[in-house]
Amino acid sequence: MADLTIFMVLLALGYGFGRYAELKHYKSIIRREKEFRDIPAVTTKFPPLSKAVDAELVSGSVVISVDYFKRFIAGLRNLIGGRVTAYELLLDRARREAILRMKEEARAFDGHIIFNVKLETSSIHKGRKNGVGAVEVMAYGTVLIKQ
Amino acid sequence: MLVTNIEIIPGKRITKHLGLVQGSSVRAKHIGRDIMAGLKNIFGGELKGYTELLQESREEATERMIQQAEAVGANAVLNVRFSTSSVAAGAAELFAYGTAVVLE
Repeated sequence: MADLTIFMVLLALGYGFGRYAELKHYKSIIRREKEFRDIPAVTTKFPPLSKAVDAELVSGSVVISVDYFKRFIAGLRNLIGGRVTAYELLLDRARREAILRMKEEARAFDGHIIFNVKLETSSIHKGRKNGVGAVEVMAYGTVLIKQ
Repeated sequence: MLVTNIEIIPGKRITKHLGLVQGSSVRAKHIGRDIMAGLKNIFGGELKGYTELLQESREEATERMIQQAEAVGANAVLNVRFSTSSVAAGAAELFAYGTAVVLE
């Protein structure tokens, strides 16, 4: 009985705080994406050769974890298969956040465009039973700075 | 030292290729951070401790790569890539590699 109570409390905490954190994060992501729209990040490898520019490596990374409730829901999903929306949203948040952090660094350099953007994802903190605990996403690229 | 992940720098010519340079760093997380991470696993959200830890070790890997490039007499490292792998439970390897060149 005590076990069940703890489990229910954890689920409720995870649902409440996790939902709140996710909504807040998405709001902040959308706001900052508008703010950084003037620094495009492109995956092209070859910059135009017309003008001499300075180049600098910039990167942004984030480690983000899913909450207890979503992990439970994802566990249930394992039984019937299909899309695991809980993890899709987690990865989406992580990637967009990493790109934003990279752009922040680019702005600090006064750059105007980021070339050859690469995204790298790794699961670093394994939860119990080898489930996904947290993912790390790193975005990196080369910012070009007008001379 | 110029470090980028593109292959050509507009306006600069490569005069000499010096081959691959690399740097790596293996880090383990400490117990305090693990406890915080455990809490975050319930509430969800960013694990700031881990973000910093990985950032630091990546900087160290890049630093080591730059040292190697300096040792061979390069003034730039082009086409840099990063990779992460977990070596053992609780430890991660951060690896950076690129091509050392001399730019005019």
